[in-house]
Order: sequence, then structure tokens, then C-alpha cells
Amino acid sequence: MNPLESEMPDGPKPGNSRSLNRRELLKLSPLLVVGAFAIPRFRDPLLTAGVSFTDWASAKWFRRNHLAPIFANSEVTPLEKFYVNTYDVDDPEVDLDTWRLTVSGDVQRPGEYTLAQIQSLPKLTQNTRHICVEGWDAIGRFGGTRISDFLQYIGANRDAKFLYVECADDYYESLDMASALHPQSLLCYEMYDQPLTREHGAPLRLSVPTKIGYKQAKYLTSLRVTDVVPKKGYWEDQGYPAYYGL
Amino acid sequence: MAASNSIQIPVAVVKAGEGLVQTAYEHPWVVRFCHWLNTVSLFVMAASGLQIFRAFPSFGPKIPQHDLLNVPKFLGLGGWLGGALQWHMTFAWIYVATGVFYIAYQVFSRNYRQPLFVRRDLAGVWPMIRHYFFFGRKPPQTEVYNPLQKMAYTSAILFGLLSVLTGIVLFNPVQFSLLATLMGGFHWARVWHFCVLCALLLFVLGHLIMVILHGWNNFTSMLTGWKRNPEYLP
Repeated sequence: MNPLESEMPDGPKPGNSRSLNRRELLKLSPLLVVGAFAIPRFRDPLLTAGVSFTDWASAKWFRRNHLAPIFANSEVTPLEKFYVNTYDVDDPEVDLDTWRLTVSGDVQRPGEYTLAQIQSLPKLTQNTRHICVEGWDAIGRFGGTRISDFLQYIGANRDAKFLYVECADDYYESLDMASALHPQSLLCYEMYDQPLTREHGAPLRLSVPTKIGYKQAKYLTSLRVTDVVPKKGYWEDQGYPAYYGL
Repeated sequence: MAASNSIQIPVAVVKAGEGLVQTAYEHPWVVRFCHWLNTVSLFVMAASGLQIFRAFPSFGPKIPQHDLLNVPKFLGLGGWLGGALQWHMTFAWIYVATGVFYIAYQVFSRNYRQPLFVRRDLAGVWPMIRHYFFFGRKPPQTEVYNPLQKMAYTSAILFGLLSVLTGIVLFNPVQFSLLATLMGGFHWARVWHFCVLCALLLFVLGHLIMVILHGWNNFTSMLTGWKRNPEYLP
């Protein structure tokens, strides 16, 4: 046996020090792949893939009947302390008297629906947490019609993949069907037992306690049931995750 | 073979210049691989996390908003909240995968005995603290890591685990509502997530200081696995 060789039964077999170290160092070379994140050409698709994977995983562990926490009235954030985003300061000038929700897509009864028609369906009022992607949260009192009830009302195909909504302020959103059918997902027309204020999206907004804040579109004007969405959403098209379940 | 009452480290005698030296294989390939991959991930997670925190640098209510601290822009990664989220959500998976790979390797190879702090190490903690901070005599080193090192490395793994658990609650507080409740709710999970970041940054700071103090030989062992003439060898 070469006296320079190790006596150990297993593990690496050293030769001379330099080639030994070189061989061990080479084993770390796969780490260079991470360098792709430093090259803009590769970085952007990699980050997009990372977010898509996150969305996919998040949709996988979404439980259809697992309820978001419901809070006592005493825990509710007062309405004046419920933050309104700066772009909601601009009035989208919705005429509440002539307002209609335009329904289209994979439904048996497309057309224009009045607020009274939506309000004729059973009303659900719940205190749920609204979480902004920025990190703040507020507990609000939301009242409205279950989206699943309304989908039944318009004869929507529940096997379609998405709802796609457009808003009076040029905002738009997509909502996956599983989240839309969740028993706490609302077409919301009341906050704090009062009709929605202008700032909070009068006359109709989404309230989906299993989704992040930017998915809760305000000033709804149209709703489409579809397998293919033209766009993912106002913020999603600028790089936010499209699914973002909570 | 190294005399050690917890784990056997492969030892070799190699040619170095004119003479021969003893060298010990302290860090198996997987450990080194995970160490450096995690160095990148931790950096990305911390920097993109700070950028996310810039969007709402408070733990209080939104109205009125009391900013806790304004993280300078250059510490952030991603440029804006959306960009930072992309980095955070991508590297979160790399961070978790590295952790799972590392822990699985340590358990199945039984190499965990090298860094894991166990009850037996308790007695050696105070003498090490006395040596490091109060000019006490250096206790004889019998293993690759001294008790204080083991404590630091074991804590770092626990902080890593906590960073993932608190992060999951921030990301999906409804699906992981039980975990959220354990943490005191979404609001507190955000505080814990930030505390864990501070703990990890403190660990990294201490780790870097110790590596610099112990010299080049110590640093290269995390690249090649081999450390020449470690003091625990006879």
C-alpha cells in the first residue's frame, strides 16, 4: 500500500494534496448553474417559472371547503381605518341608476343583470381578513351574494376554468373557478352593513377571503365565465403572481 | 482515524511541499454543496424580503401607518414589490429544497453527529464562552466542532426551519390556519418572520467573524472538504 494513501475503508481516496483538492472543488461546479439568475436573458424566464410553480403549488394545497377565519364584530377594523388604495381616489364615475353587470361566456343566461337581481339571492355577511400584498391587513365586514349562487343563477358551466371580471376604473381580474366556488367568496355589495361606498367599489366588488387583496376587484361591470382569460389581471400582468391564494 | 467520541472523520496523510501533513475530510460533498447554495439563497431571500418590507415597513395598522424603519433601497432586491416577490417566491423553493436535501443527507449518512448540539455538549458551553469573550484558557478541542459551534450551527438550522414555517403562514394564512394560530395569527407571523431574519443575519455575522479569525485553511475546507492539520488530530 502506498504510504500516502489513506487507511480508511471508505470515503474519498486522497492522492497528492493538489489533485485531491481540485477533484473535490470540481464537485461543487453544478452550483454555477445558479449564476443563470445573474444573466437577464435567463433571469426573467427563471423568475416567471418560479412564480408559476408557486402558483401551481398554492392551487394544489387549496382546500375547497376549508374556511377562512371569521372574526367577532369587536375585532373588525373600523371602516375609516380600512385603507383605500390611492388609485381608488379617482372616481370611476359609475352611474348607480343605470348600472348593470354584463354576464357573458360559458353561461346559459348571458345578458345584463341589475343589482336588485343579484340582491334577490341569499345574502351572506361575514367578518373576514383582507390581506394586502404589501403586508398590511384589515378585518372587514362584507355582505353580498355567494359567487357560487350567482353562477347557478346565470347557469354557468362550473367546469370552466376562470371568471374574468372587468371594472369601471379599467381594472380587471381573473379568478380560478375553485376559488370562485368557495363558500365564502362573494359578489359583495355591502361593507359594514351599508351599501358599498364609492371608494370601496360601489356598487359591486369581489370579496374572496381566500385570495390576496389585489384579486378583490372593485366597481365590477362585467363577468365572463371562460376557460381562457385574455389577460391575467391588472397587477398580475405587471409581474404579481396570478393565483395568490391565501 | 481521528479520536472522537461522536463521529469518525476520514483522515489522510498527504504530501505538502517537502513534508507530509495530516488532513481531515471535514465536510462531505453534500454539506459543502448545500452550504454554498444556501449562501446564495439566504442572500436572495434576505434582500428580496427587505424589498418586500419596504412596501409596508411597519408591524402596526395601515391607518395610521407608523413606519418602523426605512430599509435603504440598495439593500433590497427586485427593484419593486412585484419584482421582489418573484425573487422571494422562486428562491423560497431552492431554500427549502436545499434544507430538505441537507437534513436528509445528515440523517441518512449519520453525519449529523458532527454539527448537532446534544446534551453531552452542554458542559462544554461555558468554558468556550469564557475562552472567546473573557480570555479564558482554550479548552482542548476533541471534535471537529466545539460545543459553542455546535450550538450555533444547530440554532441556524432551527432558524432556517422557523423562517420557512413563518413564511408559509405569511403566504397562505388560510390554508395553514392552524400554524397561523400557533404563531398568534397572521400579524404576529410577520413579526416572527422578521425576527428570524434578524437571528439569521446575526448568525451569519458571527460566522463570518469566526471564519476570518480562524484563517484561510478554515475557509478552504468548506470548498474542498479537507482541512490540514486540524487541532483535534494527535
